[in-house]
Amino acid sequence: MLEIRNLVVKIADEDKQILNGLNLTVNDGEVAAIMGPNGSGKSTLSYVIAGKEDYEVLDGEILLNGENVLEMEADARAAAGIFLAFQYPLEIPGVATMTFLKAAMNAQRKARGEDELLTPDFIKQVNAAADKLGIAKDMLRRPLNVGFSGGEKKRMEILQMALLSPSMCILDETDSGLDIDALRIVAEGVNALRAKNRSFLVITHYQRLLDHIVPDTVHVMSKGRIVKTGGKELALELEKSGYAAYGEAA
Amino acid sequence: MAIVTPLKTAAEQQFVQQYADSKAALPGSPAMRELREQAFAGFEARGLPHRRLESWRYTDLRALLREARPLAGAGAATAAVKARLEALGLEGLRLVLIDGVFAPELSSLDAIPEGVSVQSLAEALASPREGLARVLSGPSVAADDAGLMLNTALMRDGVFIEIAEGRNLEQPILIVSLALGEEERAVFHRSVVLAAQGSRATIVEVSEAAADAAQQINGAIVFETGDESEIQHVRIVTRQQAATVEVQSLLATVGAQAKFDSFALVANAGTVRQQHFIRFAGEHSEIGLRGVNLLGGAQHSDVTLVVDHEVPHGTSRELFKTIAGGQSTGVFQGKVIVRPHAQKTDGGMKSNALLLNDGATMYNKPELEIFADDVVCGHGATVAQIDGEQLFYLMARGLPRPQAEALVLQAFAGEAVEFVADENLRNWVMREVEAWLQAREAASEVSTV
Repeated sequence: MLEIRNLVVKIADEDKQILNGLNLTVNDGEVAAIMGPNGSGKSTLSYVIAGKEDYEVLDGEILLNGENVLEMEADARAAAGIFLAFQYPLEIPGVATMTFLKAAMNAQRKARGEDELLTPDFIKQVNAAADKLGIAKDMLRRPLNVGFSGGEKKRMEILQMALLSPSMCILDETDSGLDIDALRIVAEGVNALRAKNRSFLVITHYQRLLDHIVPDTVHVMSKGRIVKTGGKELALELEKSGYAAYGEAA
Repeated sequence: MAIVTPLKTAAEQQFVQQYADSKAALPGSPAMRELREQAFAGFEARGLPHRRLESWRYTDLRALLREARPLAGAGAATAAVKARLEALGLEGLRLVLIDGVFAPELSSLDAIPEGVSVQSLAEALASPREGLARVLSGPSVAADDAGLMLNTALMRDGVFIEIAEGRNLEQPILIVSLALGEEERAVFHRSVVLAAQGSRATIVEVSEAAADAAQQINGAIVFETGDESEIQHVRIVTRQQAATVEVQSLLATVGAQAKFDSFALVANAGTVRQQHFIRFAGEHSEIGLRGVNLLGGAQHSDVTLVVDHEVPHGTSRELFKTIAGGQSTGVFQGKVIVRPHAQKTDGGMKSNALLLNDGATMYNKPELEIFADDVVCGHGATVAQIDGEQLFYLMARGLPRPQAEALVLQAFAGEAVEFVADENLRNWVMREVEAWLQAREAASEVSTV
């Protein structure tokens, strides 16, 4: 379970406050969507949960299963079960995707006190997960994300999510830059990972993604706060009315 | 009017004495003796290169060489040398220089492929070969360099390799140069590669120390490559003593419709100055110069290059990657000259540096001298810290900071290593890079910029 209490965050090197006392709870197995206009603080929220350093937390706490993650570095948060699927996955030239995947899986296992994966087991797991997402073997040999299309990069994010088996998945604008076919493949990949002990926080501008990944709850974010919470019908409502009612232009 | 700078440092005076004492014994025909005399006169007039010379501005050899060490004698192979050669892990024709002197007994001369001839430089210098002085002098843009003049005057040995027309060598030729002195010595060596028309070969130079004393190394390699040839040069300077000062000159004259690529890795060395003087002698050729410098402690690596587009339709690419930590210093000075009639030249030069902490320094100085009007030339130089976005991405996947940094740095260096065409060799270079990164990671060093 993820609980965020009165979170106040500013950009580290600037005076600009982005999150203004945000409260949010995501229960085990829940798929929560956060919708909101540009600049409402959605991406900042995802980065702060994952442990990016460019922000300063002025107040509040983020609890994952009762443990405050704010004191942890990003790698410790990942080992604790947090996974952020990036809006713009980074290119890492010179590092083969397979090498990276193995390093990431083993780093998390090591942090949890588990043995390293044996290579045959690792390859089996990767191949099985890649097949489901329609990721060609050739892509796994290429440098991570280098020369990948927008859709390929997002599929690679979901592949990592499947292999790392996190308990709290954050999807930051995963639908951006995807055509409808790619969107469906990615959404199917996410849906296949839905489980009792795994929660999702799906951040999006548009209702479109939520046709494919149907949320349990929808939160509306405006000016660094959650201003309304409802069921999946709230997303449809927002699509019609826009965000103007929440004090911001769309 | 020539301005004569009187010699004044102790080292300069010692070089005068060493040359006077040794010139009768240095190998060479009368023509070679004349070449040495001219070179030494040039050196005497200039002295050791120093910081007031633009091309040596950041590597003040006059200040670095307080004393000239005695010239190295012929070293005998020690157990350490044999162990190192065993551990090298590179296949190919192996030619070994010990303190700059060719050691046939350590070389795999029975593996010389058909169409390749190898002799020692000393033998080549003594032979009455036509045009040898011209070959040794290399491109005209190298003519004024006092570091090279000193090499010409005092070069003692090296290897002289000829590759016959149309020969395509599958395995590389390795020139392994090991410094062996138990005491500090000065080593002067030069090797020559003449690659005839249509030949293809990879030449690897390894420069390492197999003993604990710091050395003063002045090495040179000369390439003359024929039309339609494809030559790849790979140099690795590593496992040196911190106080070793090494100057390496690369002289290349490239024929028409030819390819010439050079890649150099500097890691775990002391002070290294590499200078590349490259000339396009024929049209429609491609030249690529790349390198990676991995620096820590008080290490210093200077790459200074001059690419001379003397003819039209030449393509040149340079890419140098420097990672500097500790109190180390990286230097890149690149000059691309496009002569007035060298139309349709295509030049692109890049030097990228990452500084890992506040004490590290990078000097980047790309220059274009373009005298033709129909050319495409560009350059870019960057000095930055580790990309925080890449680092966060990797850490968000669970990689601890030292490991995440190592991967980001590996990726940074990898962009240049990728240009080593031979796969075995490329993997070998990458293993050296990874070993350097792992040592850093094992020490749990992280950047503090």
